[in-house]
Amino acid sequence: MKVYADNAATTALSSAAKTAMLPYFDSIYGNPSSLHSFGQEAARALSSARDTIAKHLNADAREIIFTSGGSEADNQAIISAAMLGAKKGKKHIISTKIEHHAVLHTLDRLKKQGFEIELLEVYSDGIVHPKDLEKAIRSDTALVTVMYANNEIGTIQPIAELGGICRERNVIFHTDAVQAAGHIPIDVKAENIDLLTISAHKFHGPKGVGALFCRRGITLTNLIDGGAQERGKRAGTENVPGIVGMAAAFEEACTNIEANAARVSAMRDRLIEGLLEIPESILNGHREKRLPGNVNLCFKGIEGESMLLLLDSMGIAASSGSACTSGSLDPSHVLLAIGLPHEIAHGSLRLSLSEYNTEEEMDYILTAVPQVVARLREMSPVWKKMQEAK
Amino acid sequence: MMYSEKVMDHFMNPRNVGEIEDADGIGEVGNARCGDIMRIYIKVDNGIITDVKFKTFGCGSAIASSSMATEMIKGKPIEEALALTNKAVAEALDGLPPVKMHCSVLAEEAVKAAVKDYFDKKGIAYDPKEFPDCESCGYCEIDKCG
Ligand SMILES: Cc1ncc(COP(=O)(O)O)c(C=O)c1O
Repeated sequence: MKVYADNAATTALSSAAKTAMLPYFDSIYGNPSSLHSFGQEAARALSSARDTIAKHLNADAREIIFTSGGSEADNQAIISAAMLGAKKGKKHIISTKIEHHAVLHTLDRLKKQGFEIELLEVYSDGIVHPKDLEKAIRSDTALVTVMYANNEIGTIQPIAELGGICRERNVIFHTDAVQAAGHIPIDVKAENIDLLTISAHKFHGPKGVGALFCRRGITLTNLIDGGAQERGKRAGTENVPGIVGMAAAFEEACTNIEANAARVSAMRDRLIEGLLEIPESILNGHREKRLPGNVNLCFKGIEGESMLLLLDSMGIAASSGSACTSGSLDPSHVLLAIGLPHEIAHGSLRLSLSEYNTEEEMDYILTAVPQVVARLREMSPVWKKMQEAK
Repeated sequence: MMYSEKVMDHFMNPRNVGEIEDADGIGEVGNARCGDIMRIYIKVDNGIITDVKFKTFGCGSAIASSSMATEMIKGKPIEEALALTNKAVAEALDGLPPVKMHCSVLAEEAVKAAVKDYFDKKGIAYDPKEFPDCESCGYCEIDKCG
C-alpha cells in the first residue's frame, strides 16, 4: 500500500485544478498585458482568478497580488511593512519563534539592516498568548507577523484576537496563512488582517504560485522591478496557468471546507489516539486548536530520520523535525520552541493528511508506525537506558 | 534517495544488532542531543575479536555505519580494529552524503572506545593518543552541533 501523508509539504494537484489549467498550456497562450484578443482572453482568466481568491478571503480583488508562492509573498509582506515603518522611524518588528523560514530568514535580513526583532513565546502547546502581544507592542512597532497555522505542529493561532490588538494599536498585521488557506475559513476583514500569504500547492493547486492579500491603503515595496503587472507591485508576465489552477483549487477547497475538515479531522483524531497508545509517545502542539490534517508526535528513544526511512520502505510518506532531515545537527526550531529537549525533538514524526486520504490508509498507518517504533527501540541504547532507569 | 544501496541494505538489514552480556569491552560515543549514540560490545579471545554487537540511536546512516563497522572488525585481530578509519567505513558503504560523514566518525570512535575499554579492563598498556576523543573529529564543528 502506498500512503501519502506529507500534505503539509505539498499536496497532489486536484483534477479540477488540472482541468482548469490545461487550456492555458495550450490554446490560451496570450500575454495578459497585450491588447489583442489573445491577450485579453488571458487577462480575463487572471481577473476571474483574482475574484475567486478575493471572494474566499472576504477581500477585494484589487487587494490580491499574485506571486511565485508563499515564500515570495512572505518576503514582500514583511519587507513592505518594514519599509513603511522605517519611513516613520519605526524599526521594531514582532513575530514568533515558530514561523516558517520564509518569515524568520527575512526577519534575519532586516535585523542586519538595523531592525529590532522580537520573537514571542508560544509555550508548550505552541500558541501565542494575545496578552504577550499587547505587552510587546511599542510606539515604534512597524509590524506584527504571526503565522495563521504552523506547518509542523499544526497549531492554529488566535488570529482574530491578535489582528484586533494590532488594529487598535495601529500596527500592520501580517499572517502567513499558507497552511491554513483552503483548510480552515479565513476572513481578512473580520480578523483585522492587513497582509496575508497563501500558496497554491498546499491546497491541491500547482507549485510555484501564491498570492499576497494587501489591504487597501498599505503600499507594497517591489521585490521584482520591471513591467506594470500586478498594479506595478510585482513585475513579470504572469504565470497564467498556475494562477488559474490556484483559483480552481481554492474554489474547490473553500466550497468543501467544512465537509473536508470534518472528514480529515476524524482521520487525524484516529491517528492521534491510536499512536498515543505507543508507550512514551507525546503529542506535539495543541490538541484542539489544530489543523484538520496535522498529526505530530515524538517517540522517545528513537530518531526521526530512521523512522521515515522505514515508513518509506513500507510505502508511507511522512516527515520529521529531526536534525537529520533538516541537513543540520539541530532539530526543528519549532519543536525546540515548544520546549522539547533536543533528544526528544529528534524523535518526531509528522503525518499530514488531506481529504484524499482514506480510512484504510489510517488503518495501515496505525499498524505500521508501532512496528517501526518497536523495531528502532529494539536497537536503541537510549531506549534501553530509559527502560533500565524505570 | 540520498543514500547508496549499500547504506540502505545495512540500514534495513543491520548486521550484529544486540548486546553481549559478558562483553570484554564496551564503547559508547555520541550524545542524544546531537541525535546519534552508538554502543559497541566486543568479545576478545587471544587478541582476536570473536564477537561484536551494537546498539544505535540515530539516523539511517548512523545505523548503517555501525552495522558496517561491526562487520569490518568481526573475526579480526585487535590491531586491525584499531586501524579502522571512518573513511574505510564510509567507502565500504559506497559513500555517505557529506552531512552524514560524522556518522562514520562515530562508528570509528565507538569501535576504538570498545577496544580501549577492553585494554583498561585487562590492564593492557596503550598510547592514549591512539584514541581520538569526540572533539578531535571536527565534524561537529562543521555541523554546528551544540
Ligand atoms: C507556513 C509556510 N509558509 C511558507 C511556505 C512557503 O511556501 P512556498 O513553498 O509556496 O514558497 C510554506 C511551505 O513550505 C509553509 O508551510
